[in-house]
Amino acid sequence: MINYILRRLVTAALLIVAVSMVTFAIFFLIPKAAHADPAEMYVGKSATPRDVELTRIKLGLDQPIYIQYGRFVKGLVAGRDYNSGPTVTHCSAPCFGYSFRTDREVWPLLLDRLPVTISLAIGAALLWLFGGVAGGVISALKRGKLADRAVMIVALAGVSLPVYFTGLVFQALFVHQWKIFRGGEYINFVDDPWGWANKLFLAWVSLALLFAATYARLTRAQMLETLGEDYIRTARAKGLKERVVIGKHAMRAVLTPIVTIFGLDLGTLLGGAILTERVFSLPGIGKLSVDAVTQKDLPIILGATLFASFFIVMANLVVDVLYAVIDPRVRLS
Amino acid sequence: MSSSLLTDGTPSPSGSGAGTAESFLDVRDLRIQFKTDDGVVKAVDGLTFQLERGETLGIVGESGSGKSVTSLGILGLHRRGSAKISGEVWLDGEELIGASPERVRLLRGAKMSMIFQDPLTAMHPYYTVGAQIVEAYRVHHKVSKNDARKRAIEMLDRVGIPQPQRRVDDYPHQFSGGMRQRAMIAMSLVNNPQLLIADEPTTALDVTVQAQILDLIRDLQSEFNSAVIIITHDLGVVAEVADDILVMYGGKCVEHATAETIFRRPEHPYAWGLLSSMPRVDREVRDRLVPIKGSPPSLINLPSGCSFHPRCPYVERNGIPCKTVEPTLAEGTAEHGVACHIPPAERLAIFKSDIAPNL
Repeated sequence: MINYILRRLVTAALLIVAVSMVTFAIFFLIPKAAHADPAEMYVGKSATPRDVELTRIKLGLDQPIYIQYGRFVKGLVAGRDYNSGPTVTHCSAPCFGYSFRTDREVWPLLLDRLPVTISLAIGAALLWLFGGVAGGVISALKRGKLADRAVMIVALAGVSLPVYFTGLVFQALFVHQWKIFRGGEYINFVDDPWGWANKLFLAWVSLALLFAATYARLTRAQMLETLGEDYIRTARAKGLKERVVIGKHAMRAVLTPIVTIFGLDLGTLLGGAILTERVFSLPGIGKLSVDAVTQKDLPIILGATLFASFFIVMANLVVDVLYAVIDPRVRLS
Repeated sequence: MSSSLLTDGTPSPSGSGAGTAESFLDVRDLRIQFKTDDGVVKAVDGLTFQLERGETLGIVGESGSGKSVTSLGILGLHRRGSAKISGEVWLDGEELIGASPERVRLLRGAKMSMIFQDPLTAMHPYYTVGAQIVEAYRVHHKVSKNDARKRAIEMLDRVGIPQPQRRVDDYPHQFSGGMRQRAMIAMSLVNNPQLLIADEPTTALDVTVQAQILDLIRDLQSEFNSAVIIITHDLGVVAEVADDILVMYGGKCVEHATAETIFRRPEHPYAWGLLSSMPRVDREVRDRLVPIKGSPPSLINLPSGCSFHPRCPYVERNGIPCKTVEPTLAEGTAEHGVACHIPPAERLAIFKSDIAPNL
């Protein structure tokens, strides 16, 4: 088991290195191909050619790509110095460089935004996990009945309606029309838990609706399949209560694939929920990335991408290990 | 050989003769039907039999003859919504078909219990063998987990699992097929059931293990004096363990007698077919086994008259009305129920001249 985890960790590390190479190549080669100059993007339009040249040297953009990448990795691991002649700026590890637009370090920017994204992702994840699974179970147990139809219709609507529709409708109704929830700025959990939840609730629901639909359908299908299994009949033959047969024996098998996609979905969301963050003006990593893209702020795009891929790779790793814990048949092989 | 057959020759059209049964298990006119999109499936159609403590009944028939449906019906494992069940099942003086689901649940696994066919799929893959036995015990006994675990180890030991203290924490997939079936038996017997139904208990196992499992069931039966029903399509299995044999065809009983009688002088053409298609090691190897021609009937649309008539080589013999009139078990005697229109003397003659020499 420990061997297995170690092996997976090494694979995960290699994967992240590969992702960093590809993203680095994209963000530093494509401007070249498009005859745009990152150094010019950094200093802005009103700069003199001399400023551009100095910046190029300071950022190391005059070096071949592999040296640039090597410095980038060194910055991530050990920090790096930007030397512009008279002044030396030290950027401590993990160094993703400086924003082209605000000249602020990328890493603290990302860290600043992370709590917002985590708040959004975890809250929504809990909602959709419990809502989706509960809906799916009810639907499977009441197969063909009114409850089944109702859940499946809601699920269909949930998966079909984009966040920028539900999110805007919710805000129009609950915030502006009925004033049940407040809009406005994001508030930190530590400052005001109630305000935090109040601001986030509609975002949680909008985002959760999207995922809950998938989970309800998956749970329903899994539950129907599991109920036909021989071991469920055995559980009944033991004289177990129906509640135990469903809640323990069937749920255990149903939850296995749910855990898998839940881990992956959560990992993806931690990299930023772009649409939801934008619709609800939440200053998370998704919003940071979108803003960076519109402003062609390459270091932030690079940082956010690596950050997101880190979460996805880690989520994959956790899911694989968890899978071995859940399913004893995986453990041996 | 047993009093259980005394009432057999007169199958009552409905089990309305109420009152407590004398037999330990008394199934009267059991009918189980399923509504499907294609029509009503009459899986079990008027089955009547009795079974005493300490005795073994073998129910034999092809796939789809209603064997398993019967056993699940006795245990109350059919969903009330999908299956329509009528008739009576008396277990130790208590009627089960009309009883509340909760009452039947309390008996299930305790007083009556079942061994399933495929122990790999019948045991939960995510729980250890021990945990599953412990659970079965604790449903019906208020004991601590520790005591239940001791009981589980004791049961595993009794069914012949080596090193039960260690194997109790294994998962089903870590057991071999034979050991899984032993564990399944341990689970079924953990509450000392008085009625044990084994549904194809050896079908998934190789022949050497089959014999061990049958021995085990027999030993445990004599130890607890339980009544046992063995359901199988394999006559070799019932030949070894059964006192009585009930041959099912198309949801009905077509022949019912002691095992001895069924093997020495069977009277129903379907039973002849079953015996002729069974390989024998104690006889010379013939070129081919004789299969029963045709395939089992659709339970939605059973043939008129005797449901075996489309496959019967002796159909309408001497103008008997096989295609129109349904024979009852009363065509035989009280000790040997045979649902066939051919006169008894002629049945025996055909068996002696045509069938027996080729077995």
